[in-house]
Amino acid sequence: MEKISSTDKLASLWHREAGEILSVYFTAGYPKLHQTSEIAAKLQESGADLIEIGMPYSDPVADGPTIQQSNQVALENGMTLELLMEQLLSFEQNISIPVILMGYFNPILQYGVERFCQHCGERGVSGLIIPDLPVQEYLDHYQQVFQEFNLHNIFLITPQTSDQRIRWIDRHSSSFIYAVSDASITGARSGISERQEAYFKRLQSLDLQHPFLIGFGISDNETFRKACQYAKGAIIGSAFINALKEADELGDGIENFVHSIKGL
Amino acid sequence: MSFSIDKNGYYGSFGGAFIPEMLYPNIEELGNSYLEIIQDPVFQDKFRSLLKDYVGRPSPLFLAERLSNKYGCKIYLKREDLNHTGAHKVNNTIGQILVAQKLGKQKIIAETGAGQHGVATATVCALMGMECIVYMGEVDMARQRPNVERMKLLGAEVRPATSGSRTLKDATNEALRHWINHPVDTHYIIGSVVGPHPYPDMVTRFQSIISEEIKQQLKEHEGREYPDYVIACVGGGSNAAGAFYHFNENDQVRLIAVEAAGQGLSSGHSAATTNLGKRGVLHGSMTILMQTTDGQVVEPYSISAGLDYPGIGPLHAHLFESGRASFMSATDQQALEAGIRLSKLEGIIPALESAHALAALEQLEFVGNDLVVVNLSGRGDKDLETYIEKGKY
Repeated sequence: MEKISSTDKLASLWHREAGEILSVYFTAGYPKLHQTSEIAAKLQESGADLIEIGMPYSDPVADGPTIQQSNQVALENGMTLELLMEQLLSFEQNISIPVILMGYFNPILQYGVERFCQHCGERGVSGLIIPDLPVQEYLDHYQQVFQEFNLHNIFLITPQTSDQRIRWIDRHSSSFIYAVSDASITGARSGISERQEAYFKRLQSLDLQHPFLIGFGISDNETFRKACQYAKGAIIGSAFINALKEADELGDGIENFVHSIKGL
Repeated sequence: MSFSIDKNGYYGSFGGAFIPEMLYPNIEELGNSYLEIIQDPVFQDKFRSLLKDYVGRPSPLFLAERLSNKYGCKIYLKREDLNHTGAHKVNNTIGQILVAQKLGKQKIIAETGAGQHGVATATVCALMGMECIVYMGEVDMARQRPNVERMKLLGAEVRPATSGSRTLKDATNEALRHWINHPVDTHYIIGSVVGPHPYPDMVTRFQSIISEEIKQQLKEHEGREYPDYVIACVGGGSNAAGAFYHFNENDQVRLIAVEAAGQGLSSGHSAATTNLGKRGVLHGSMTILMQTTDGQVVEPYSISAGLDYPGIGPLHAHLFESGRASFMSATDQQALEAGIRLSKLEGIIPALESAHALAALEQLEFVGNDLVVVNLSGRGDKDLETYIEKGKY
């Protein structure tokens, strides 16, 4: 197979006719310490289009109880960034869909931002989502090093983000925008309200340069389809963590979950 | 060197606003308007008159003669313990609830460790007729029962923080999460000089009344406007920030910040952040915090729940790194002894937090005419059980 550079991996998603991109989040080190590559491989095999791997943190302020708990269990299991970087070494051979890392800034800062970016680049990671690294802070101090290692930084927007700021964020984005579906932490509700749909329509009408994926509150086929009416795709986190928790057998659990979301 | 924030909300290289985008509108609104709001003469009149008539300010600056004799210098106690609600915390909550009103917010949330800030917040919410939710670590709720009941009596809802280590840092996380979920109608009254910009500066300004009064009172008592030493305890650091504020740029004043060493600096049960921590991001600001090599926040320990915080405010990180303030620490035992000593020598039972500041007197060497101000940030009633259980008096 021809080797595609990691920067192109994300871009190739947007050219797909059908859209309906399914991005699935899971926390590295959860439910067990050494399942990162196994879960990623099974997600790919089952039809996920994009994988977001959470780097566990002791104080994940933007996350709801489900992801908080998975972070805590992962840390108790002994998960560290150093170990995750080791685990990611196997990805280059086994995982062809794009991989994004998501986590809070302090562990990255301690790892060393440049070293972190370099290691991500070497392991074929396509991008990063760092909720507590503000856009301006990123532009002022870290953009250069992210770019050096071909890492896209994915920014969040919310229903409270002004049109002007959304456009500004769009200008500084390089891949896609993560549209948080509601004023909330992750996993806090179910269903998509009319108010949220109005927000998605507003986003559509802005005619942004970059595609957006909708996350937070996407938990089943219905909410996934709804999100895909307005966006290129959607991101699922807490619902998948719950599925991992409840799965008797990891592989089947993942496959069933992905199929149920996609309505297969 | 400057000890004020720059236009981006930094003290030197510490501070900033490391917040998720969900909080951006709130923080932007506050950051854009707080200075204009609090510098408005009408606001200041209201703030000052509440401090006078409701809180009972100015708090006395008391010459502690027997304590002075013991240490061979002249020691004044800044009696923040005599404020309404028993600590300096109320200076900030009065200020912030007025800001919240000005911003048109209807609901208030707060985090609390020992419960002092929670009580001070519940108090001003009762005063202003505003809805109040206080997050408190489940562990802290158990060890600070009376304050939980006080808050409830004042009409606040106390919500247990059940995540993580279930103490102050987790209560702060929960309050931030609540704010993310309720961004429009709610103001978050942070209790210390921590959090994203503009909180550290805003809280410092409200607490700066402490050093403003110290200046005036010293002038009356001593004919000079500054002491040789100001000593204050530091958890997040709000009482120290207030007691230092008007002396930050006066190099003739030695600023002494006292952290909680818990069971000892190398015991693994400590809250001495500058000694054990390093640079990192906590609760929205670049500061110094206790953390693992992997960047996970370490749970601190102190006998005093108010000092039980893994970070310090960014101003203090800057005061520390620049060498402007000297950071010392006192163990649980040293604090208890200092608290008992003050009780017997001066008839004042201090909060265990403030007792840490008093314990520094043992470690400093004074000359005869040194003028020393110790900020007595709170009263010890809430700590009676700990004194009974662990003190030898």
